[in-house]
Amino acid sequence: MRAPFVLFALCWSLSGAAGPDSCIACHSAIEEGKGPASIIKNDIHISHGLSCADCHGGDRTSEDPEVSMNKAKGFKGRPARTEIPKFCGACHSNPDYMRKFAPRERVDQLELYQTSVHGKRLASGDIKVATCIDCHSVHDIRAVKDSMSPVHPLRVADTCSHCHSDKERMAQYKIPTNQYAEYRTSVHWQAMTKRGDLSAPSCASCHGNHGAKPPQVESISEVCGTCHVLFEQLYNRSPHQAVFSTAGGGGGCVVCHSNHGIHTPDTGMLAGPSSICAPCHDAGSPQSNTAVQMAGWINGLDSAIKHSETVLAEAEKSGMEISEAQVRLLDGRENLVKARLALHAMQPEQMRIPIDAGMTVARETLQAGQAALRERDFRRYGLGVSVILIAIAILAIRGLIRRIESNSDTAQDSAD
Amino acid sequence: MQMTDPLENPSQDRRTAISWLLGGGVAASLASFFYPVARFLNPPKVSEVSVNEVDAGKVQDLKPNSGKIVKFGNKPALLVRVNDTEWKAFSAVCTHLNCTVQYQEARREIWCACHNGTYDLEGRVTSGPPPKPLEELAVKIRGEEVVISKKV
Amino acid sequence: MPATELKNKTLDKTLDWLDERTGWRMVRDLMDHKVVPMHAGTAWYYFGGITLFLIGVQLFTGILLLLYYRPTVAEAFDSVRFIMTRVDFGWLIRSIHSWSANLLILSAFIHMFSVVFTRAYRRPRELTWLSGIILLALMLGFGFSGYLLPWNQISYFATKVGTDVAGTTPGVGPLIARFLRGGEDVGAATLTRFFDFHVIILPLIAFGLIGLHLALVQKHGMSTPSGIPAQKLSHMKFFPNFFLRELMVWYGVLAVLGTLAAIFPWELGEKADPFASAPAGIRPEWYFLAEFYTLKLIPSHVWIIEGELLGLLGFGTGAVVWVLLPFWEMKANGERRTRLATGMGVFLVCYLVTFTILGYVK
Repeated sequence: MRAPFVLFALCWSLSGAAGPDSCIACHSAIEEGKGPASIIKNDIHISHGLSCADCHGGDRTSEDPEVSMNKAKGFKGRPARTEIPKFCGACHSNPDYMRKFAPRERVDQLELYQTSVHGKRLASGDIKVATCIDCHSVHDIRAVKDSMSPVHPLRVADTCSHCHSDKERMAQYKIPTNQYAEYRTSVHWQAMTKRGDLSAPSCASCHGNHGAKPPQVESISEVCGTCHVLFEQLYNRSPHQAVFSTAGGGGGCVVCHSNHGIHTPDTGMLAGPSSICAPCHDAGSPQSNTAVQMAGWINGLDSAIKHSETVLAEAEKSGMEISEAQVRLLDGRENLVKARLALHAMQPEQMRIPIDAGMTVARETLQAGQAALRERDFRRYGLGVSVILIAIAILAIRGLIRRIESNSDTAQDSAD
Repeated sequence: MQMTDPLENPSQDRRTAISWLLGGGVAASLASFFYPVARFLNPPKVSEVSVNEVDAGKVQDLKPNSGKIVKFGNKPALLVRVNDTEWKAFSAVCTHLNCTVQYQEARREIWCACHNGTYDLEGRVTSGPPPKPLEELAVKIRGEEVVISKKV
Repeated sequence: MPATELKNKTLDKTLDWLDERTGWRMVRDLMDHKVVPMHAGTAWYYFGGITLFLIGVQLFTGILLLLYYRPTVAEAFDSVRFIMTRVDFGWLIRSIHSWSANLLILSAFIHMFSVVFTRAYRRPRELTWLSGIILLALMLGFGFSGYLLPWNQISYFATKVGTDVAGTTPGVGPLIARFLRGGEDVGAATLTRFFDFHVIILPLIAFGLIGLHLALVQKHGMSTPSGIPAQKLSHMKFFPNFFLRELMVWYGVLAVLGTLAAIFPWELGEKADPFASAPAGIRPEWYFLAEFYTLKLIPSHVWIIEGELLGLLGFGTGAVVWVLLPFWEMKANGERRTRLATGMGVFLVCYLVTFTILGYVK
């Protein structure tokens, strides 16, 4: 009951000041530190000179609530959840308005949202799905590139997981909730967090952000192919493309590489006990043999390169200069990458080219490393020889000294 | 002065032998110092010390609107003949994860196959993950020869 | 006449011919009189010779390196790598040069301290002491200037730190820093200058001073520790007896150098990149480490004086006191401040050893 008095007193005291936003002034007094007016200073809209009234309507210059929050005069109040997208879209879908603040900013977010699963469900009355404010926050909305924004590349997955890892919430939609956990084990997450590579994909990169929807089976390789271009091209020309698009359970790259928990591939996927070719291709079939053969080539090249690396490292530890060989070895690693790429065509002849080139590099660098080790041994051997010769020389000088001094002794004796 | 007869004095004999041995040792030790020095003085076959300049072939070897990879020191470089008269060269090491880039004639841009990064003909990143532009190198035409060198 | 007699006669005739023209026999006669006193501390006499031998090694290997080294920012590092990898036995010459530099400075310090503890700086040998101290400073200058020449990361940043410290000298500091660097920052101009210092300026001054130092030693003879009366002392001829022993020692030093060069080759590092951040734990070579670590320990401000300034003033005063040792050790009334001098010497050795070790460990 005290509030109206405080309000009145505050507004009265502020009435003399020019310019202050009455919405923020009064509401921060009421909120006692918790609430929109207290956090709005972090909001990007404020930094562009906008404030409460620009979204919620009303008159910010008047301290009289009758005037400032007058519905007849345009005050919108708090929108219903189903109205939120249109509420934001009033400005964000208006190109003429957005051009005043950020001419290059997109204005199709609302349109995209309405095609998304979230948008469609919201339109049918489901208020439990995500709206603008669930991802972007509200009243303290930050720019995407602000690292504290919930939609900063490093935080997107976490934001999506607030709902999508919640079993109870997802139960009614029958959507699994393991995606975030799997994603956190993936190479893409590693790239982002350990290497700081913000170009690595997270949820929105493959699913879209505003128009979020899982990519359909036939488009999965296209989606992966936005970055992994050559893999997509080879896969599309391979026999798998036709087969995987009609098979169930994911399709495209996902069949072998999974969708969220994408790990560094290894030759164990081709041959051996955990082979993923085995479920479709019987052992002994031409395809299975091809897989085994290609796995063998890749393993062979990999171990040849590792062997060269070991020898070169040993040479370097002994102080030999092998920087040229180490640079050449980078070529070898690149050939290994190309071989792994070539395998997506599922045609052994295509893989032979990088494999052969890589083996040549491995051979040459191994020779260089072994030559360096031989040189090291030669130096130590030469050192040993020199030290022995020096020891002989020292003995010779000692002998000479002895001879001179014994002679002079005997000379003295005989002189006496 | 009495001269000891070497034939009658075996210990004198042995002493002479040892003297010769030791003297030989000293000589050998001196040789083992001067042999490396003598070899050092002989300049090696390749007398150029570092790579500031590389021959990248003849002018007519590269058609307009095409590119090729050239070894520059121990790193790859990309030489692009933009048109009849304009040449460009860059370090071919992609700034994302160090793959070797290539020239795309159809799109007139430099492309990295690993993760679809692209650069324009000034070396600037136009799309994809690379964080920094490509280091530009200088191209000089000496008569028929194309020479790539470090940009000073 | 028998062959040997003919050979000897020809030899004598040649030597006579030479003596008439150059007077070499006079020098030989002088050297013939040189004797070395034999006592418990005789072994310390070797260190002057070792230092001289190592200077000779540096001169020799340095001239060889000059055949291939290029003193420009663009080529310095690559030329050193060229020497290490392409030139026959280049690795040997370069590693010997780097190791010998360190052994040289160590030997010079031992030589100096042995002079202090055997009181060989006393009258009439004050000028010998002075020239020796200046030579020690020159050797440190050789070390500092030569260190930059390979133009790798460690040497670039060590030079930056070193010239920074020099620049904090009160008054003339910035001038000194600018003179050393050839500009505001360590760069191409610095490399050119340091090359100039290392290859001609310091050598010319050093050889002049070495000549003086050696001439003075010949004039005054070897000093003997004061405790022993002159009559009881036995002497050994320098030529050939002591000199042959010195040769043995020099051979031994050569063996050590060869072993170090072959088993612990001097590293090449990476080419200097001024825009990279300084390598973690950057520190100067061991012979500057004690002072460097001391400066690090001093708090940034002591009362109102800047810590680094205080440190430099401390070193400066210490250096002046040390240089003038022969003069203040003898009081006006003829009494000697022996204990004080010994105490200072012991303190200095302990300080240098301890702080060098600390500088490494920390």
